[in-house]
Amino acid sequence: MFPILSSLIILPLIGSLFLIFIRSSEKNTSLKYVALFITFANFFLSIYLWKIFDPSISTFQFVENRIWIEGFINYKVGIDGISILFVILTTFITPICVISVNSTITYRLKEFLIAILIMETLMIGVFCSLDLVIFYLFFEGGLIPMFLIIGIWGGNRRVYSAFKFFLFTLVGSVLMLVAIIAIYWISGTTDVEKLYELGIQEEYQKLLWLAFFSSFAVKTPMWPVHTWLPDAHVEAPTAGSVLLAAILLKMAGYGFIRFSVGLFPLASIYFVPLVYSLSLIAIIYTSLVALMQEDMKKLIAYSSVAHMGFVTLGIFTFTQQGIEGSIFQMISHGLISAALFLSVGVVYDRLKTRQIKDFSGLVNIMPKYAIVMMIFTLGALGLPGTSGFIGEFLVLMGTFKKSIITAAIASVGVILGAAYMLWLYKRIVFGNLLKTIDVKKMLDLNKYETVILSSLAILIIVFGFYPEPLIKTYATSIDNFINTLNIPTELSLTEKIK
Amino acid sequence: MNNLYFIIPELFISLSVMALLVLGVFKNNSSKIIFYFSCLIILVSLAINLNINIAQTIFLFNNSYLVDQLSLFIKSIIMISAFFVMLCSYNYVRINNILKIEYPILILCSLLGMLVMISSNDLIVFYIGLELQSLALYVLASFNRDNILSSESGLKYFVLSALSSGLLLYGCSLIYGFSNSTNFNEISQNFNFEYGVIFGMVFVIVGLAFKISAVPFHMWAPDVYQGSPTSVTVLFAILPKIAALTVFIKFLYGPFINLFEEWQAIIIFLSIASMILGAVAAIGQKNLKRLIAYSSISHMGYALAGLTTGTNQGIQSSIIYLIIYLIMNLAFFSCLFMLKRKDKFYENIEDLSGLSKKHPILALSFLIILFSLAGIPPLAGFFAKFYIFMAVIQKEMYFLAIIGLLATVIAAFYYLRVIKIIYFDPEQEKFDTSMSLGLKLTLILSTSAILMYFLNPNFLNKYITNILVI
Repeated sequence: MFPILSSLIILPLIGSLFLIFIRSSEKNTSLKYVALFITFANFFLSIYLWKIFDPSISTFQFVENRIWIEGFINYKVGIDGISILFVILTTFITPICVISVNSTITYRLKEFLIAILIMETLMIGVFCSLDLVIFYLFFEGGLIPMFLIIGIWGGNRRVYSAFKFFLFTLVGSVLMLVAIIAIYWISGTTDVEKLYELGIQEEYQKLLWLAFFSSFAVKTPMWPVHTWLPDAHVEAPTAGSVLLAAILLKMAGYGFIRFSVGLFPLASIYFVPLVYSLSLIAIIYTSLVALMQEDMKKLIAYSSVAHMGFVTLGIFTFTQQGIEGSIFQMISHGLISAALFLSVGVVYDRLKTRQIKDFSGLVNIMPKYAIVMMIFTLGALGLPGTSGFIGEFLVLMGTFKKSIITAAIASVGVILGAAYMLWLYKRIVFGNLLKTIDVKKMLDLNKYETVILSSLAILIIVFGFYPEPLIKTYATSIDNFINTLNIPTELSLTEKIK
Repeated sequence: MNNLYFIIPELFISLSVMALLVLGVFKNNSSKIIFYFSCLIILVSLAINLNINIAQTIFLFNNSYLVDQLSLFIKSIIMISAFFVMLCSYNYVRINNILKIEYPILILCSLLGMLVMISSNDLIVFYIGLELQSLALYVLASFNRDNILSSESGLKYFVLSALSSGLLLYGCSLIYGFSNSTNFNEISQNFNFEYGVIFGMVFVIVGLAFKISAVPFHMWAPDVYQGSPTSVTVLFAILPKIAALTVFIKFLYGPFINLFEEWQAIIIFLSIASMILGAVAAIGQKNLKRLIAYSSISHMGYALAGLTTGTNQGIQSSIIYLIIYLIMNLAFFSCLFMLKRKDKFYENIEDLSGLSKKHPILALSFLIILFSLAGIPPLAGFFAKFYIFMAVIQKEMYFLAIIGLLATVIAAFYYLRVIKIIYFDPEQEKFDTSMSLGLKLTLILSTSAILMYFLNPNFLNKYITNILVI
């Protein structure tokens, strides 16, 4: 069988090797075209993968198993309904990052594209790997290119942010490494599929869960370890912010489903109150913090924390709706946050400022921008008809079943979300045009930006009205996933609709 | 005669040393030739060593000398690294006017001492080997005698090392007094649980801990690393560490195996202290050689952690750690030798500022090496630590594992600081680009080994799994 997953993983790496040998110069556009070609090839390959993927099978598909370290670790990759969407999200977002490079990266373009391509390899690897050690390698390996992306191409406080990002993530992850090794000695394998069958003794589960949690909580990020995120987002170049928000944060959400809940169901139930309270704090507190931000990127970064709060909330309801909603929320947030960061990038490129007070009345000079920005804003606040609504709605529905109070508090977050997003939109798009804004510089979207932003906007609306293709892909897998956890499940949403 | 077959490498080196000395005395300006000859001699003895095949452990000379898989393997590793050290440091030695006939000969002497030390099975033979390598290293440390730092470092190393040798000898005499023998086999056979033996063991451990610069016997390392010529520092960082750690393994799992519970606590302490101090103290350093001194202190802590387990897996993980450590150090120092501008070598961290703009490939090598030293996957340094923690967690020593991993986070900070200076800071004047072929070769080989290790980790494991110590 053709090793389609390995090719997905390796293709960007090969592309980055190609780039090394291309002579870099200021006017050399071949760099961009090579990168674009590679990432698009990867995107179409993943779409093909989606086409031949059979959503009615709940087990892992396209599994490749090779001996890597003899008698110890196997290189094992495979996907099920849960992971395939993240793979496609990754391959979709990366070409967008490459296109956005056009206006944002002014120096050392070659190195930047190489870093982006290596990131893609590692991110796809994270979502495909079915062995804990392989997962850890991909998960941690991502630190190196991201550190460089923030540190070399970032803003004024880039060094501080890059260090904070690196060290925060590393502290969490090393504990996960201890847990992974401990699992190997407890169960004799790090193969995820086998571990699902074997299960892990109850006595070890709580400590192991905490170790995994420490890593994923930093990456999600959950309150109170979210502080690296606003810094990293604000300082990273646009493409870096997009990668961070759209995909890196999803690694943790995916990790929660696949590993925390999947491997340690009993401990997960035990720690539900902890996760609920941290998620609620994240939703309410960071929404309030977002209201007070003066920097657009920071505002969106805090809103990301709040949105990821919904994700963790949904996962730990252990209901079909909750987990489906979380995954949907992650995909939709991947699109919306990428779009929002790109939109901020658009105005930042023109005026070199991200302060909200420096903008007003953009609708007068940038009508196209006002339209797409409105779609993204409405998507972010979860208006029905956008993909943001479905995720939040499913999560809240799942939460209502488990705890009405939690759901009620979380619903307040939706209102706050509407408040800060609409207020942001009002302040920068509506109103009178500020005299300080140079109209000659503030041109409307150019053709690259139009292509990127409108494609994102279309997807956000399409999935808002017609979520079926996504839900159908993962419904069976989640159904099976919850059943093997031995936690009573309710009818899935798709069945109810029918 | 049968005995002699197994020590041909040692014999060959010692005879060559004498021949080279004679050559040096009778021929003028022969230092260059002697340097090349020494490289050749190391290669030849390596070839001989690789050709020795043994089925089981062989005891020679009244059981005072032994040849087994472990010692053969480590000897090969030491000779390979000695060869690369000489290869990459040639230009440095030539430009700094320390290319005298004694220089390569002293390196050969020290190499010979290490080989004897590794194969020793008797306290007296062991001590002779140890002193031979140390004495040669004292002279090498102060070889750049016009430089005040170099002389100071030689003197410091000599005084402190003599002290530790004294402690070691005292320990040996205690052990002899209580077990009636200097032979390792007999010591473990005649073993009776007496405090004298334990005291003796502690003294021996202290002496050895000094050689591998484990905390709290590390004070000499930063000064000596900084003061010595860089070509000698790279020797210090690699060769004696491998030899002394191998002897550590042989002592702990040979004559002292019955005292496992006693020495385990000591080694755990040494290990934790080295990991933490090495990580914390390196943060404030400004000199790259001092930085790497603290870094090697902390790396020795990890290697020792593998020894605390008392399992074969632990010992094998320590040996893998050592090998990856030596590759990383070789790569790091090769990079250091490249920081040359108009015959002056630079060794401060600030000198690296903005290196990535003018020297992208050198900067990339630095990046790979530093992330590997920090233990970030998928580079070789990660696997080294991974194996150690595999062994440690197998014995359920979670405390040691968590401390060790948190120390890697602290250590990551100062490696990141160097990377930050290389990649994020403003650029400086360009360094020389013309480098000797040997230096380039060393850097390319070692860096690609670090980068490519994850493709085939079995390659190294295959050799190591044959070595069963217990």
